[in-house]
Amino acid sequence: MTLDFFIQNFINAMQWGSFLALIAVGYTLVYGVLLLINFAHGDIFMVGAYTGYFIGTFLTNNFEIKLPFDLPSWVVIPVTIVATMFITALVGVAIERIAYRPLRNRGAHRLYLVITALMFGLLLEYGNLALLGASDRQFPNLFDKIIYSIGGITVTNIKIYVILLSFLSMGILWWIVQKTRWGMAMRAISYDRLAVPLMGISVDQIILFTFVLGSSMAALAGIMYGTAFPILRFNMGMLVGWQAFIAAVVGGIGSIRGAMVGGYILGFTQIFVAAFLPSTYRDLIAFVVLLLILAIKPTGLFGVPRRTKV
Amino acid sequence: MKMKLVVTIVSVLLVTAFFASACAAGGGDTIKIGINAEITGDKPKVGEQSKFAAEMYVKEINEAGGIDVGGKNYKLELVIEDNNATAEGSAGAANKLISQDNILAMVGPNPSNAAVPAGEVANNLETPMISPWSTNPNTTLNRPWVFRTPFLDPFQGPVVANFASAKFNATTACVLFDIASDYPKGLADNFKEAWEKLHGAGSVAKFESFTTGDQDFSAQLTSIKSSGCEVLFTPQYYQEVPLIVSQAKDLGMDIPIMGSDSWGDPQLLELCGSDCEGAFFSTHYVANGATGATKDFIDKYNAAYNYIPGDVAALTWDSMMIVTQAIKNCGTITGNLTEDRTCVRDGMAKIKDFDGITGNMTFDAQGDPIKCAVIVEIQNSEFIAFDSACP
Repeated sequence: MTLDFFIQNFINAMQWGSFLALIAVGYTLVYGVLLLINFAHGDIFMVGAYTGYFIGTFLTNNFEIKLPFDLPSWVVIPVTIVATMFITALVGVAIERIAYRPLRNRGAHRLYLVITALMFGLLLEYGNLALLGASDRQFPNLFDKIIYSIGGITVTNIKIYVILLSFLSMGILWWIVQKTRWGMAMRAISYDRLAVPLMGISVDQIILFTFVLGSSMAALAGIMYGTAFPILRFNMGMLVGWQAFIAAVVGGIGSIRGAMVGGYILGFTQIFVAAFLPSTYRDLIAFVVLLLILAIKPTGLFGVPRRTKV
Repeated sequence: MKMKLVVTIVSVLLVTAFFASACAAGGGDTIKIGINAEITGDKPKVGEQSKFAAEMYVKEINEAGGIDVGGKNYKLELVIEDNNATAEGSAGAANKLISQDNILAMVGPNPSNAAVPAGEVANNLETPMISPWSTNPNTTLNRPWVFRTPFLDPFQGPVVANFASAKFNATTACVLFDIASDYPKGLADNFKEAWEKLHGAGSVAKFESFTTGDQDFSAQLTSIKSSGCEVLFTPQYYQEVPLIVSQAKDLGMDIPIMGSDSWGDPQLLELCGSDCEGAFFSTHYVANGATGATKDFIDKYNAAYNYIPGDVAALTWDSMMIVTQAIKNCGTITGNLTEDRTCVRDGMAKIKDFDGITGNMTFDAQGDPIKCAVIVEIQNSEFIAFDSACP
């Protein structure tokens, strides 16, 4: 095995890990604040990819309704990203308002919330199937693809953007959670949910804010995923969503750093097992590794065990 | 409020029951044919074309007055069930069509992962089934009630291997396939066997797999690239092929990529764009440059549904023709389903030198047709016939 081969797979793993990390962070945020495993998150990611598809196709003038002029790509890309994040955040907030909050306010057990989340994920999936039909869609070319080759290593600009964007957005997220008042309130809720309203902080607002953050990260992941793998299908969120959820658990669900590390660990094991061992064993070995990590550290790498308060 | 809800539910149920019973009662002089198709799931375009072709066929037959069996005229009626392109879905749909809808014969499912389990159900329940698109041997193997319209993978594998060796002057090959799906897995094995027969053991440098739903193939493709093989064979469906081809280009691979009959879908051209230019694959029929009955079919289909039909549509058309021929061969319809089904099965097995729009075919003892394959090249986003290979 040459060094080229190793570096090439390292880059492949960085890209795949970035996607898993970006999605995993959405599970972690909601869990950190609500102690709710938001199983609809994989499908929110799908909604993000489809929203990006519609906005992107419209702005690049490939949609049925045409703009009277062509937009330059430095307008199309930021507008697509921001608008997609905004709309997907609205979807996330709507789910919280329609499905989770009424249950929470009635004091339903967390188990019912998890089941509601699963149900809502399926609702999004099959809603998409019913509304948009079962045909696959091709994600628009937002970025002109450039292929760089250095020695035996080949990288596309899209791979570089995916990796950079994921690090950048994780950084921003970390800053929001650690350094802003909203972030402080989020952390406060996860420490002591009962004391927070006594301090004059609206729990519902902070929860909404959490969903906005998580869903816009999913939207960003959706756009980048669509750019890297330009075929969209109604159930695309399911498999990736599960893998990202496992990544979040391995990293220690509730911890942003954990989600990121978990995403990269899963990404690296999947790619490197496929590269160095028969690719048939990829998922088997990858998940055995994760199981071992959990067996040694049941709360995940960066997780803190929670004691049940009475 | 609650009362109202109950009343609504009860009335909806009653209406459904009424329609259901109305359907069941509408027997008379019609023959029911079941369509077990992939309306939802991951190959919806396949199911759609199959359904459209069958509907077109039935409409045409019925407008011409139906079919004549032993001096009596019968209209055809389609019962369409969705199999979700899964093993469980297709077995469930087959059960429902056979036991509940009382069909005489079943057309479909199309992909092998669905056709293999549905074939088991049809064979156990002694109902003739014909799969328009499944090329995996297991679909019909030791199942006297199950037939198919396309050629088989043990024939297709060597066709691709021979063509690739001659055309690209290649001695080493790589394969990338979905290990969790019957069709790609079976064909990958057939190709490997044929290639190693031509070029010796170890001439398939990499035999890489992934599982259904994967979209990132970078690790497998990196291994394939570093192995230095001269041609890549990937017997995948239209939802993976564009990703595989474009990711191979992203990794700087320039070896030729070959596919199989699953590539012959119009959606492949749409999703793949310029990346698939110059790729070759083996298939059953080519729309471009077709003549005679094949051209008539393509024109009719295009007029009705506004796109050029893929191979699965043409094969469904042939399957419907075979079923009709089998019913005619049968001679009489008694109304006793068990007798009629046996009679149609025997009628189907008797078919010889059948002149279909995807070529001439005769069934062998296993229920598989003996017919030719076409090699297609993708040029300017069109499927162009390049060569053909006969058994």
